[in-house]
Amino acid sequence: MEHLELFFKSIFIDNMVFATFLGMCSYLAVSKKVSTAVGLGAAVIFVLAITVPLNWLLDQYILQPGALSWLGEEYASYDLSFLSFIMFIATIATMVQLVEIVVEKFSPSLYNSLGIFLPLIAVNCAILGGSLFMQSREIASLGLALNYGIGSGIGWFLAILAIAAIREKIRYSAVPPALRGLGITFIITGLMAIGFMSFGGMLTGGDDGAEKEDKAATIKVIKEDFKDDAKAKADLELADNTNK
Amino acid sequence: MGKDSRLILDPLTDNNPITIQVLGICSALAITAELEASIVMSISVLFVMGVGNVVISLMRNIIPSKIRIIAQLIVVATLVIIVDLVLKAFAYELSKTLSVFVGLIITNCIIMGRFEAFALGNGPWRSFLDGIGNALGYGIILVIVGFFRELLGSGTLLGIQVLGDPIEKTGLYSIGYENNGFMLLSPMALIVVGIIIWIQRTRNKDLIED
Repeated sequence: MEHLELFFKSIFIDNMVFATFLGMCSYLAVSKKVSTAVGLGAAVIFVLAITVPLNWLLDQYILQPGALSWLGEEYASYDLSFLSFIMFIATIATMVQLVEIVVEKFSPSLYNSLGIFLPLIAVNCAILGGSLFMQSREIASLGLALNYGIGSGIGWFLAILAIAAIREKIRYSAVPPALRGLGITFIITGLMAIGFMSFGGMLTGGDDGAEKEDKAATIKVIKEDFKDDAKAKADLELADNTNK
Repeated sequence: MGKDSRLILDPLTDNNPITIQVLGICSALAITAELEASIVMSISVLFVMGVGNVVISLMRNIIPSKIRIIAQLIVVATLVIIVDLVLKAFAYELSKTLSVFVGLIITNCIIMGRFEAFALGNGPWRSFLDGIGNALGYGIILVIVGFFRELLGSGTLLGIQVLGDPIEKTGLYSIGYENNGFMLLSPMALIVVGIIIWIQRTRNKDLIED
């Protein structure tokens, strides 16, 4: 249920383009034709699905305050979270290059359709934004992070597909000359964003804040429970060993 | 000198990064509900672009062209971390309002765009002017949008009530004026920018697309 909720939430309610304006530059520049828009959208889903979980691991095991404790007791007090921007963007840039090389080697046809968009994607705000939101919203597990990456990718894909289709049609309409092209695209996007705001109450029934706090609290409790469990287990083993 | 001053003046009007070059819109729209946030964002971008353009311009002959994007990203990311830490230290509340959008300066297309188009092929001084000019052009749009959204949306400017008190019905509110809460919602930023583009292109017919 949690997965389903996050999935729909990241596609519709927190839509990358309409709710947070991420990836607007390529959204406006590459939405003149539906076919190219589909290519870029697919590439964004692909890259988000890879980089968000990867950055989740980075965040969890290297960057968070106390994340280094798996290395040993003396590292537990380190807080490297100020490095997260540079780590995230380095991961993204490297992954994009890597994906480009792998795709070129193993699937030339996919490369032909996605290839030209991949370098563009390294500097797409939607990709870095996905990782930063994943960090600031404290997504709880690797599975959820993957889910979030794919969900927000699909949301972006839907947005660029819709605007490209509208722009193809609007070419035949009598738009005031000064609004033609960029101006009308901005206004249409604004109207679409207002439309998407109506998804806001879809899952939570309007009681958004309270539920979020509840959930955060339960997650914390569960985490602490696990810690206690682990401790109890260790104690038991110790007791067993000494008994022997 | 005439050439140098055009580097600063052009991006303010006829070659504006947001309305003409269509760069850097991502971070421009989400944070313009308040004038103060827009101003701080503009200053941050001004700093990152000014310094970043000079650094890239100084390194332009030693960066191998194949990995230049990663090199540029590292330079920007370092500068943005500085901005982020300074904001957290001196304006904590504001840095919470800006949240992830400070980090998103890294992928602000204006910065990468100007690195690619200008700093990689020009000397440090001209690159510096170009960076400052483009950041100012970006800032102007942000401030205009922020000004109208805060004024019409909550009747304040920089947090000071300029239209009177909406609760005690003084000033404009005494004759039945109401705040338009719709302006505070994010979609209105897009529409305000659309209107700015409309006005600009009506005044300068050369910019109209066909």
